[in-house]
Amino acid sequence: MTAIDTNTLDIEARRARRFARINKADAWFSVFGLSWMTPILKAAAGDNPRAQAGEIWRLLGVPLLAIAIFLTLWASLAPKVQTSLGAVPGPAQVWEQVGELHQDAIREGEREAAFYERQEARNAKHIASGNADRVRDRAYTGKPTYYDQIWTSIKTVLFGFLIASIVAIPLGIAAGLSVTANAALNPLIQIFKPVSPLAWLPIVTMIVSAVYSTNDGMFSKSFLISAITVTLCSLWPTLINTSLGVASIDKDLVSVSRVLKMNTYTKITKLVLPSALPLIFTGLRLSLGVGWMVLIAAEMLAQNPGLGKFVWDEFQNGSSQSLARIMVAVLTIGIIGFLLDRVMYALQSMFTFSNNR
Amino acid sequence: MKNTFALLLASTSLLATAASAEMLALEKEELTFGFIKLTDMAPLAVAYELGYFEDEGLFVRLEAQANWKVLLDGVIDGQLDGAHMLAGQPLAATIGYGTKAHIITPFSMDLNGNAITVSNDIWDEMKPNVPTMDDGRPQHPISASALAPVVEGYKDRGEPFNMGMVFPVSTHNYEIRYWLAAGGLKPGYYSAQDISGQIDADVLLSVTPPPQMPATMEAGTISGYAVGEPWNQQAVFKGIGVPVITDYDMWKNNPEKVFGITAEFAEENPNTTLALTKALIRAAMWLDANDNANREEAVEMLSRSEYVGADADVIANSMTGFFEFEKGDVRPAPDFNVFFRYNATYPFYSDAIWYLTQMRRWGQIDETKPDEWYFETAADVYRPDIYLQAARLLVDEGMADEAAFPWDSDGFKSPTPAADIIDGISYDGRAPNAYIDSLPIGLKSGQTVVDSKVEG
Repeated sequence: MTAIDTNTLDIEARRARRFARINKADAWFSVFGLSWMTPILKAAAGDNPRAQAGEIWRLLGVPLLAIAIFLTLWASLAPKVQTSLGAVPGPAQVWEQVGELHQDAIREGEREAAFYERQEARNAKHIASGNADRVRDRAYTGKPTYYDQIWTSIKTVLFGFLIASIVAIPLGIAAGLSVTANAALNPLIQIFKPVSPLAWLPIVTMIVSAVYSTNDGMFSKSFLISAITVTLCSLWPTLINTSLGVASIDKDLVSVSRVLKMNTYTKITKLVLPSALPLIFTGLRLSLGVGWMVLIAAEMLAQNPGLGKFVWDEFQNGSSQSLARIMVAVLTIGIIGFLLDRVMYALQSMFTFSNNR
Repeated sequence: MKNTFALLLASTSLLATAASAEMLALEKEELTFGFIKLTDMAPLAVAYELGYFEDEGLFVRLEAQANWKVLLDGVIDGQLDGAHMLAGQPLAATIGYGTKAHIITPFSMDLNGNAITVSNDIWDEMKPNVPTMDDGRPQHPISASALAPVVEGYKDRGEPFNMGMVFPVSTHNYEIRYWLAAGGLKPGYYSAQDISGQIDADVLLSVTPPPQMPATMEAGTISGYAVGEPWNQQAVFKGIGVPVITDYDMWKNNPEKVFGITAEFAEENPNTTLALTKALIRAAMWLDANDNANREEAVEMLSRSEYVGADADVIANSMTGFFEFEKGDVRPAPDFNVFFRYNATYPFYSDAIWYLTQMRRWGQIDETKPDEWYFETAADVYRPDIYLQAARLLVDEGMADEAAFPWDSDGFKSPTPAADIIDGISYDGRAPNAYIDSLPIGLKSGQTVVDSKVEG
């Protein structure tokens, strides 16, 4: 009897621990958009299957069904629209182009290898003939692959976003702490916030071309132009949310800081930042989202390397595969935008302690 | 100018005597060239793909540009080292029409290669005015006089008749203007104050980048356009328009694109300039070798998405010597794209002067200039001296035939006979002002456009 009891207790305890672990993991699942994992695990762990089935249906079944309906509608309606480039491609054709683009990247990789082989052969010849000064080590000059374009876009948006954050967070803190600073910044924010990236672009282009006149600096001009345009448009959500977060600190905390005679630096690091973090992160998430949208437009218009240029080039090509390729890019842009947002959300979960995020 | 010239001569003759197979001492080895998605960028793609640039020790990146303005700005501010340009661009930039910058060209990229396309609706209205041949197909070349009644109808209804061309100083602008004027339609003047080019116009011309032409016509914004390939054949394949005339039918072997670099670049990098010219000449020779035998291969290259990117069968049509007008009406056009024969790559002063006369004819050059001015401007921009040095190096290296180049030319083609031009007006580059005065529609000596009126 006692043996059984301890056994059940043991099982109960293990079960409870398992559920505790699942509930903890749930926080992370929801960060990565995998919340449907929780009910499945719970059901597997032996929770009431009926209740969990409802959850699974809501979290996994419904979204999958919605995607399936979307794909069916797309597949059945797309061929009905005839454009001058042929019928609008359905999911199958788009998937085919995903393969094509991958093959393309592999071929380009082979060409790159061949380029370096030729270069080495030339260099070897120069050395053999005693012309060591003619030896050259140049980077491959071929076209960027689809993966290169994605990577360029991500680098650019992150760089622009980084500058925006470095500028916006301190300014936001200043505006939140001091009524004077807020009064000074507010009108500028209100005026520049609604400006479209497409309006900034010509100005940025001319200024970067004039100021950054070397052609062999650390960054290429086109990279800077895209990144700064991203910066200009993604400053605002962070700035506004930061100042809001800082301004809405608990008044008691501020009183405590006065009592403790904290200097400004300690006050900001120990008090202001921790309590404003949730809103700062909300601002950062919004900023990154805006930055990503702006970047694609900027790349498209300014013909700067990246996914936007890919879309524009394919539009200009006007070949029978162009539409399908553009759709691949659209889906890629969407998925990367989603992932960027999730990464920010994960960072937010790691850095903030409060439960009211 | 004179100094560079002397320097160039000295440096190359020195090299040539030292060792013919020796590579040039390049001042700059990593270059970025811009191009617009058109089949006549082929010499650039070929020089890259076949390793001609690498043979010269050049590491070249080719970048497609959004439109001619972006491309020109890229070359002027140094983002691009050189580019596939409209012949009018270096000339206009040098004389300060638009952005001012001294741009030169050591290499002319091709002859012909353009056409004028109208939408299906316009073609249906135009077709009854076009004489037919015995087999019932329309007789070519089709004159713009067949279009005149259609434009008249638009005028009566008070609707504007819009057509597209690719850039204010583009070959296409001058060609469509030439064709319209030859058929009695006024394409409109430019003036110093009004650069829309629509003063006193029957047909309103506006700018659209080449690859967007078919889409813009499909959207109904324009009723027709003048553009390079493959964007005319694209209209036929898509079933949205009908090409009515090729520029070859307007003027046999008219000069087309050039390769443009800044004068500064050529001055600072004389050997690099020679090396890239050599590579381009080799590419042009390959494109025309053995009666266009390599064109199929070139079409495959151009159809890749990083170059022109249109479907191979669309590009193939004109590149391999055929041109499709109405759907199914395929006619041979062996010289539609000429890259090397007929001295296509030599930058003739007389070609430059023709463009300048057209700029004057339509008011982009707002006052009468003496003949001397035309000769000097042409010599400032077109640089056969560099071309011939590059050609000499190729001949010395055994890569080109001595007889393939016009060594003794003074830069002027012999006058184009009247029979080679659609309206039968012959062109002699040595007498620009007389030529301008011989054209029935257009500004004559002493005339200017003031306040939307031709005066003088």
